[in-house]
Amino acid sequence: MTPDTRDSRPTLAVWKFASCDGCQLSLLDCEDELLALAGAVRIAHFTEMSRTSLPGPYDISLVEGSITTPDDALRIQEVRASSRHLVTIGACATAGGVQGLRNFAASGEYAGLVYAHPEYLRTLDTSTPISAHVKVDFELHGCPIDRGQLLEVLTAFLAGRRPVVPGHSVCQECKSRGTVCLVVRDATSCLGPVTRSGCGALCPSLGRGCFGCFGPSDSANTASLSRQLAEHGASDLELARLFRTFNANAPEFLHQSVALGAASPGRDRTTSESGAGS
Amino acid sequence: MSTTTPPPSEVSLRRGDVVRLWPEGLDGLIGVLRDMGYDVKGPTVRDGAIVPGRLDGAHDLPVGWRDEQSPGRYAVHWANDELAFSWAVGPGSWKAEFFPAAQVQWHAERHGDTYRFNESVESLRPLAIVGARPCELAALDVLDRVLRDGALPDPRYVARRDGAFVVVVECARPASTCFCSSMGAGPGIEGGFDLALTELSDADGHRYLVRIGSERGALAIARVDHEQGLDVDRAARVIQLDASVVGMTRQLETDGLAELLVRNQENPRWLDVAERCLSCANCTLVCPTCFCSDVHDTTDVTGAVTRNRTWSSCFDLDHSFLHGGPVRASSSSRYRQWMTHKLSTWWDQFDTSGCVGCGRCITWCPVGIDITDEAKAIGRSDRALAVGRSR
Ligand code: SF4
Ligand code: SF4
Ligand code: SF4
Ligand code: SF4
Ligand code: SF4
Repeated sequence: MTPDTRDSRPTLAVWKFASCDGCQLSLLDCEDELLALAGAVRIAHFTEMSRTSLPGPYDISLVEGSITTPDDALRIQEVRASSRHLVTIGACATAGGVQGLRNFAASGEYAGLVYAHPEYLRTLDTSTPISAHVKVDFELHGCPIDRGQLLEVLTAFLAGRRPVVPGHSVCQECKSRGTVCLVVRDATSCLGPVTRSGCGALCPSLGRGCFGCFGPSDSANTASLSRQLAEHGASDLELARLFRTFNANAPEFLHQSVALGAASPGRDRTTSESGAGS
Repeated sequence: MSTTTPPPSEVSLRRGDVVRLWPEGLDGLIGVLRDMGYDVKGPTVRDGAIVPGRLDGAHDLPVGWRDEQSPGRYAVHWANDELAFSWAVGPGSWKAEFFPAAQVQWHAERHGDTYRFNESVESLRPLAIVGARPCELAALDVLDRVLRDGALPDPRYVARRDGAFVVVVECARPASTCFCSSMGAGPGIEGGFDLALTELSDADGHRYLVRIGSERGALAIARVDHEQGLDVDRAARVIQLDASVVGMTRQLETDGLAELLVRNQENPRWLDVAERCLSCANCTLVCPTCFCSDVHDTTDVTGAVTRNRTWSSCFDLDHSFLHGGPVRASSSSRYRQWMTHKLSTWWDQFDTSGCVGCGRCITWCPVGIDITDEAKAIGRSDRALAVGRSR
């Protein structure tokens, strides 16, 4: 494919940092809408879809993944410099992801467990969100993100309007779809009341408490929810673990897991013993 | 049990009449309503709760089920008897039928430089509800004032509501969270229905006392096996309702309540509830009268525009978002908005209380915040502050 310099469509680039690719794949999952989208934008860089990579600048960059290596810390600066709008997608890019658990322990020990020759690795001690490095124009949460929300964000940016992506709780999605509340009915540990909507209350609708994949809602009272779930029988360790998954480093979840006795960031770098983060 | 009722054509029933129905008659009534073209819905047991669902016959009702409710807790259990209405309202309300959680208002396709709009109101089969509770009818009456009788009626609400046939069933077993008697919304009901049933079960058998509230209600009953209403049934109804009222331990003192809340907007008690409140919005979404919604336009890549209306809540930050940020940023201000609107400013707006005392917001609050307790606490604090001021 030879780039057509007269093509006036806005350009879209998709970038990957430390991540599992699940969020980028949400874009390919938009089967019905993908063709229409491909007609409206020029996909300039998206290695999951095509080897072609057009030079920047790009109108919209979608960034997946967290920053975990010195090289990536430099690369994200380049991406930012060549992007008009930079949108981060997924828990890794917005909160450091599940790999952010290294922030609570000695990452060198993990590396020793996983790799035969960890001495070849050049990594940072932490996994940090993109917003800790560069200015981000919009954050789309989720692990993985919801493809409907992704399309909404893209079409909103194309039309120059504000995306309709509410910051309220998962509970509102439960109630809207008529799912019976698991906390009230079964005393299940559910993070829905403090978690941002977007998944359509997927887990509660299948009888599982919310894991908090979409990170904290815009007014998360994690202390009150923890008190109530403890009254329902959950131990501090169970609750701390609940807050320590994909969004462990999102401030509200981090604060609550530490309040429940889990290791603080940085504190236990030399030992992998204590706390739910280890 | 079946009787010597004359064939339907010879019966002339009218509004105000009282008849007796055996359980088979209730099943027959559901069939007749279906034959009359209604989409018949009512309480059903699903996912461990009593919630609105489709009724093919009386066997779809919660026959033999009981509920247990307390602040932040709910359970149903199987009591293995013939009673179909021995429970109080569950998490779902009939609001969702008339004012759905999400509804397209219009859709516009782009044709060159112009847009072609489609804002048609979907025509649905008329709805018949069999087994609404008195507080639920009271709640629909409140919603009517907001969505039907105001300056800007909602055409979709009006279309669905005006055609609806309602069979209400009085309450013999209020939940611990019910306080409708304080709000004048239950457990009995005197009007506003097509048919009102009272389920009776004693030495005279398991049966229903039916009061006919409309001409179409009379037409429907005329087509099912029924008997003359008897004084023993009327007497049994009164005794049963008295027992329901006496059994309703939760209460709300409504005298002076509207003024109390208005003069206590700066009461420190709001900070106490904010400590516990999750701002999760469950209370507002289960409330059968809360009507807040959000309207937003979305576009797709072809340029087509859709205007959606979705449920919203004053616990949302976006609910009070003006240029620059939300007006009610703190959760104390949001809880205060909810309670003040329900129990006080609703009167100014719609000349009625915004609360019918159904107790849903109490049961379905994940942390069990109780609007009646909070009102009492504001009252106590108000008295303490008044004493302080007079010293
Ligand atoms: S199940 Fe969880 S997310 Fe759903 S309403 Fe209950 S607490 Fe909220
Ligand atoms: S405020 Fe609570 S008790 Fe009153 S009608 Fe609403 S949900 Fe029912
Ligand atoms: S209480 Fe809140 S959600 Fe309910 S109608 Fe009033 S402002 Fe709307
Ligand atoms: S609030 Fe009253 S009318 Fe409603 S379910 Fe309870 S007892 Fe019945
Ligand atoms: S009062 Fe309860 S249900 Fe309502 S927003 Fe607060 S925590 Fe949620």
